[in-house]
Amino acid sequence: MTKLDISRKRLAEAIAFWIFRLLSLCVMGILFSILGFILYKGIHVVNWDFISKMPEDGMTKGGIYPAIIGTLCLIAGSMIFAFPIGVMSGIYINEYTKDSWYRRFVQLMTANLAGIPSIVFGLFGMSLFVNKLGFGDSILAGSLTLGLLALPVIIRTTEEALKSVDDGYRQASLALGATKLQTIRRVTLPVALPNIITGFILSIGRVSGETAPILFTVAAYFLPKLPSSIHDQVMALPYHLYVISTSGTNINESRGMAYGTAVVLILIVLILNLIANGVRRYLGKKYKTH
Amino acid sequence: MVFDDTLAKSIKHIKHHNMFKIESKDVHLHYGSFHALKGINMSIEKNTVTALIGPSGCGKSTFLRLFNRMNDLIDDVRIEGKCLIDGKDIYSKEVKIDDLRKRVGMVFQKPNPFPKTIFENVAYGLRVNGISHKSFIEERVERSLKQAALWDEVKDKLKKSAMALSGGQQQRLCIARALAIEPSVLLMDEPASALDPISTAKIEELIYELKNDFTIIIVTHNMQQAGRISDTTAFFYLGELVEVDNTKKIFTNPNDTRTQNYITGRFG
Repeated sequence: MTKLDISRKRLAEAIAFWIFRLLSLCVMGILFSILGFILYKGIHVVNWDFISKMPEDGMTKGGIYPAIIGTLCLIAGSMIFAFPIGVMSGIYINEYTKDSWYRRFVQLMTANLAGIPSIVFGLFGMSLFVNKLGFGDSILAGSLTLGLLALPVIIRTTEEALKSVDDGYRQASLALGATKLQTIRRVTLPVALPNIITGFILSIGRVSGETAPILFTVAAYFLPKLPSSIHDQVMALPYHLYVISTSGTNINESRGMAYGTAVVLILIVLILNLIANGVRRYLGKKYKTH
Repeated sequence: MVFDDTLAKSIKHIKHHNMFKIESKDVHLHYGSFHALKGINMSIEKNTVTALIGPSGCGKSTFLRLFNRMNDLIDDVRIEGKCLIDGKDIYSKEVKIDDLRKRVGMVFQKPNPFPKTIFENVAYGLRVNGISHKSFIEERVERSLKQAALWDEVKDKLKKSAMALSGGQQQRLCIARALAIEPSVLLMDEPASALDPISTAKIEELIYELKNDFTIIIVTHNMQQAGRISDTTAFFYLGELVEVDNTKKIFTNPNDTRTQNYITGRFG
């Protein structure tokens, strides 16, 4: 190789890396400008009254307390429903099915479930949970609908997390006379848990921000009181944001509140992610595999 | 004396059955269309060490895994013939796999302690077999760690993660873990191949000690190791058992030229 060839090679490498670097900086830039913009517009609205008071004056004043509680209820409800089912499905697919057409079929169906537009989940939830099963517009119906939406993410990450567990652990456990279920419960699942929680984090993010699935199943336009049971309707942050930005009584006056709502929604997701990440790190340390 | 003759024969027959701890009778194993074991006949005496040698892919590990039925985990596997432990067919329907695996311990090539404490690793086999008596478990853990020559090194850090141990210590921990449920047979799949020479020597010494209480089958790629630790050596080639004999005999005067070629390093 001549000297020229080598310097050309080096140049190509440098250019390529700069392109990659610039593009990744662009992505970060976009993220930060969105966050910055929303914070800039909304942070001055957010104070204790804003997060602890009912909306007043046609949602142009007061706070968003019921919407915060509503969204937290929906996150909790959907996860109570979707997390165990999703994790168990993931366990079933990865630990109990053989690598066959059947496994691939189940995986394909799960992937398809993830590709369905959220508004379709909303319609499905309305016709099944609200009407057919008679739950009405309620936290129950909304949580189930959101749960369905979160299921494929949880199933997929559980599967991947289990797949990455060293087969040596399973074999060692089975060779000691453990049953398959004991092996999963005592070895495989604890080792996979930190990565399963990643799926949990992702789905909390998704669930808390969705508007379409709750539109026909739970969300109330204006309901200045807290729910007393899972059969009540609630306000929810993403829907509230939509309402006061597009169809409130006075859109211009409530503009600031809309940004404030967005800030609160982002903060809630951020805080939940931080908590889940803390749990993940703790478990990762407890079951450190190297 | 026709009568005496048959009597003598049946006595011999009974003796024959009492003598062997492990037997395989015309065992064939297929992975899909691959014929991995081709009619293996072998008898192994109690409290001996049998080394399985042969080039990679010759079926020695597959043969080892017959006896705790680890091959059953593989999709699309087919086994014919008979595998007996203490004269009983371990593939018969009455045998529960987890009961069998309690009696037949296994140590793997790569040390694979669980990401749990040292204590919990050794206690694992007891716990999954329904033992929860605290002082019993503590006693058994201590005894197993002593048997595996690891107790002195870990007795002050039983509550520490097993992952913090060195590779050699981890492997002895895996041996202790296997011993804790008191198997009578110990299967070892290249237990020292991932270890440094000092750890290897420790494992070899250990195997020599363990022979008093267990019947051991060990797969190894290391000829010297087979020569040092085993009573009997079996040479596998392309799914066949070429030759099985007294270790000394195999290494000094094998019957088959393929064995001769392999142990002198001409192939494999």
